[in-house]
Amino acid sequence: MPRLSPVSRPPAVEISALVKRYNGRAVVSGLDLTAPAGQVTAVLGPNGAGKTTTIECCEGLRVPDAGTVRVLGLDPQRDARSLRPRVGVMLQDGGLPTGVRPLEMLRHLASMYATPLEVDPLAERLGITSFARTTVRRLSGGQRQRLALAAAIIGRPELVFLDEPSAGMDPQSRHAVWDLIRELRSEGVSIVLTTHLMDEAADLADTVVIVDAGAVIAQGSVRELTSAVDDSTLRFSAEPDLDAVSLARALDDGRREGPEAPHRVQHEGDGDFTVSGSITPATVAALAGWCASHDILVSRLSIGRRTLEDVFLDLTGRSLR
Amino acid sequence: MTAAPLPVGSAPAPALRRVLAQAGFETTMILRNGEQLLITLILPVFVLVGLTRSSVIEIGTAGATRIDFFAPGVIALAVMSTSFTSQAIATAFDRRNGVLRLLATTPLGRGGLLAGKVLGVLAVEVVQVVVIGAVALGLGWHPVARGALVALLAILLGTAAFTALALLLAGTLRAEGVLALANLVLVLLAVAGGIVVPASRLPGALAHLALLLPSGALGECLRDTLMHGALPITSVIVLVAWTAALAWGAGRMFRWH
Repeated sequence: MPRLSPVSRPPAVEISALVKRYNGRAVVSGLDLTAPAGQVTAVLGPNGAGKTTTIECCEGLRVPDAGTVRVLGLDPQRDARSLRPRVGVMLQDGGLPTGVRPLEMLRHLASMYATPLEVDPLAERLGITSFARTTVRRLSGGQRQRLALAAAIIGRPELVFLDEPSAGMDPQSRHAVWDLIRELRSEGVSIVLTTHLMDEAADLADTVVIVDAGAVIAQGSVRELTSAVDDSTLRFSAEPDLDAVSLARALDDGRREGPEAPHRVQHEGDGDFTVSGSITPATVAALAGWCASHDILVSRLSIGRRTLEDVFLDLTGRSLR
Repeated sequence: MTAAPLPVGSAPAPALRRVLAQAGFETTMILRNGEQLLITLILPVFVLVGLTRSSVIEIGTAGATRIDFFAPGVIALAVMSTSFTSQAIATAFDRRNGVLRLLATTPLGRGGLLAGKVLGVLAVEVVQVVVIGAVALGLGWHPVARGALVALLAILLGTAAFTALALLLAGTLRAEGVLALANLVLVLLAVAGGIVVPASRLPGALAHLALLLPSGALGECLRDTLMHGALPITSVIVLVAWTAALAWGAGRMFRWH
């Protein structure tokens, strides 16, 4: 029996072969990206990768030089009028006039919509009330970001573009913002955000899109991106001066007969170790047994999965640019 | 930070309400900003009182009283300060801070933003005309009543030309550059642009050149209508030509980023 498809909504964003040049230099060169409806899609990439330009093409702020962009199934240029009420935008540079007070700005933006969110509860929940009497000019970076986020969602959009939403925020603000994004998602809002923060992408995103040099170089769920099958690595933390050679020998003894490569145990510093080779349940048992016999407590153990940051750095390179 | 419901359901407010909201927002921003208020209201009143109550500038007034001679030009100066200098600076900084782009993504859109700005400028000009007019009347000004309607049309036309120039600068240059240039141009046109001091009293070639500047044309329009009740055809044509050229230029060259 065929599976029932969910209520058919077009993808929040569908980009194919997008090209955008500034003064002849291609900043986005043949980018393809799909952000499913009702999900959080994180666009991750180094500075200058073309993230903001891509988002701005979706917001109708830039006209693509080639390729197609569809937002909620519509053309951001041709259908701008019908898209504007349905799409919320948080720009990287805020877009807030400097002489205005936060609640004034929110009330003004609310007046552009027929049934906006109520300003006061939204301001309360993002902690804006505490600096309501300060003009934008005197707000900290994190405070401006929270105000800009409130501005993006005041019109109850179906889709929100957030360009580096938690840049410059303290951890408390960041978690408040993340909670809000999760709640928006649970209401069915589609969210497309750009970020440098791996934990932001890993915690929030249903889909992560890694962009470099104007094109997508990897795309998938955090799980898909971080669990490469042949990359079997075991990481554990224990006391830094344990005998790695002795441990590796113990792990080799524990494995079943076969052509598998010998284990290598490497100290990454600060008591973090990686074991490479064939990782099986027997390997874990052998590790635990060896540690027990040496009276060593393992404080953390994970298998087979690289962090998103490992994947990101492997794909985009470790050199500064 | 307590929980608040976030139901989805987006629809725009009616277009008129959006534009009026933007106009009110722009007006408040201008009238609240100290520097802007200095340029748009305090400076013209100061110039008016200074020119009428002292003889710093020796000038033949062709039989008119000094207040009748200078009041129309000071109103023209005030219109120029709001529609050009103040608007150029505000728009340039809003452009740099991303305000124009953010508003363009809301239901207001680019067209609504422009309409809101123009209405905001006109609202500030109403305040200026009322305040400067009241001060002038207090100083003994007797404008020709039958010229008032054409004078208002000239103010609208001058506003269009100067707002287009403001947007042309604000949309093409860096904010700091606009800040310097818009103030410099205001001072140059105020002194030698035929706006407060009529072109005919300016030295040499300026006497002819100033008539062709938007400042000179607006000044002539208001003096012709409010001093003599005359219809300043040539100056109206000059303003129309400037408006068309500057609006075309601003439309083509304005960059949102």
